[in-house]
Amino acid sequence: MSKEYSLTTPLREDDVRKLNVRDIVYLSGRIYGIRDATQRRIFKEHVPPPVGFRRYPCLHTAPNVRKVGDRYLKICIGTTTSARMEEYTPKLIGEYGVSAIIGKGGLLKDSLKAMQEYGAVYLAVTGGAAALQTTQIEEIENTYWEDLFPECIWQLRAKNLGPLIVAMDSHGESLYLKVKKRAQRRLPRILKEIGATT
Amino acid sequence: MALEGRVLLEAIVEETAKELYVRALKRLPPDVKQALEKAFQLERNATGKKILETILLNIKVAEENDSMVCQDTGTPTYMVKLGTRMPIDGAQVIKAINEGCKRATLDYSLRPNIVHPITRVNTYTNVGKGVPIICIDSIPRKDYLEIMMIPKGSGSENMSFIRMLIPAEGLEGVREFIISSVVKAGGNPCPPTVVSVGIGGSFDLCARLAKEAMVRPIGSHSPDPAVAKLEDELLRAINKTGIGPMGLGGSTTALAVHIEVAHTHITQLPVAVSMQCWAARRAAAKIFSEGRVDYSWSFEEK
Repeated sequence: MSKEYSLTTPLREDDVRKLNVRDIVYLSGRIYGIRDATQRRIFKEHVPPPVGFRRYPCLHTAPNVRKVGDRYLKICIGTTTSARMEEYTPKLIGEYGVSAIIGKGGLLKDSLKAMQEYGAVYLAVTGGAAALQTTQIEEIENTYWEDLFPECIWQLRAKNLGPLIVAMDSHGESLYLKVKKRAQRRLPRILKEIGATT
Repeated sequence: MALEGRVLLEAIVEETAKELYVRALKRLPPDVKQALEKAFQLERNATGKKILETILLNIKVAEENDSMVCQDTGTPTYMVKLGTRMPIDGAQVIKAINEGCKRATLDYSLRPNIVHPITRVNTYTNVGKGVPIICIDSIPRKDYLEIMMIPKGSGSENMSFIRMLIPAEGLEGVREFIISSVVKAGGNPCPPTVVSVGIGGSFDLCARLAKEAMVRPIGSHSPDPAVAKLEDELLRAINKTGIGPMGLGGSTTALAVHIEVAHTHITQLPVAVSMQCWAARRAAAKIFSEGRVDYSWSFEEK
């Protein structure tokens, strides 16, 4: 039976270790929005980020915003596909101590291994449900690396962000891999049933 | 029509192109909402049901707050059917749509997505070389034009597959390629999806057919009975894979399978599979020669 948790960031290791796949989480507190270009700069150009990610969650996002003075106001904040960030994630968790990746579509084995080793999780949002997510992000508190706009580092304050589904836990379980393996196992029979060959 | 009339029509097309972009981002077509509600009723997997519940809540929040359904403002795509008696030409339509798309982006602070493919430099207007994507077809003897706007999300567009099958692979090969593509895509395209397929034509035409299949209302079928049958059997098969909402398990992997076909060469069997996420956004308008604009969700002209 899956459990439901309300957690506040930064997440301690024991917060994360108690989570299992299919559990549901609501997050409050500071989270950082990052994505492709942000991580290209950190890991390809070797520029350390100007903020400490340690034990904070990172959300795969690039929001729609309006700039008023030197502040950014939210218009629409959603979540992007995580798969493109697979190569950076083990280092983000291992070197920078990120406690949770909030994304959609999931990550692969190297990320899963890093989550197990360092005590991190993957929290799946309902992709595309940005109207709701925008109401759960209270404010854009700060923005770094504006030259990468819209792929800056976004410091966000969340209130009950969720439901987030624990899709990869710190015990080596990935719901994505489970579901995909099962689908691949079923495939020959499905194809046979509609008269296709494998 | 006098020159002023043509200039006025161009301004109306521009305004409509702008309005359609914003409408498409904020409201989902009724057929899409109904399909999602039905999926929520039928889904038995607890995780899948929770996700579908969140999707329905999100659609409601977007309507109540007049906000965007999804943050991805997409690759702006406009399909146009231009009546041959409409006093405006294709070049004017393209110019007007480009301008409307740019104004929507700037006036509404839409996220700018469009970059140069090599330098990755952003244009900040969602307009660039070849973007917005505009496809114009002529419709004979009509004095109106129809525009459909699709802000195509990239999570699902990245899950597009094309294969030049050979005739020996036959229908079996076609089915296998389509179902395997859905499994391969997993949760990335934000399922439940509209699995959009083009069969036949050439490398480029079958990709275009898949895009045309994508914008058909959910619940519609191909007028060709053999193709309609294939749509039905593929939908049932895909929903047996268990990929489920967001790839986290369940019986709702696809909301529909849409297939468009074209004749092809004796040596060829091209198949293109492209995914449309559950937020199957589109908006349409019909512009009459006297300047009236009627908004809707689909083309009237088939």
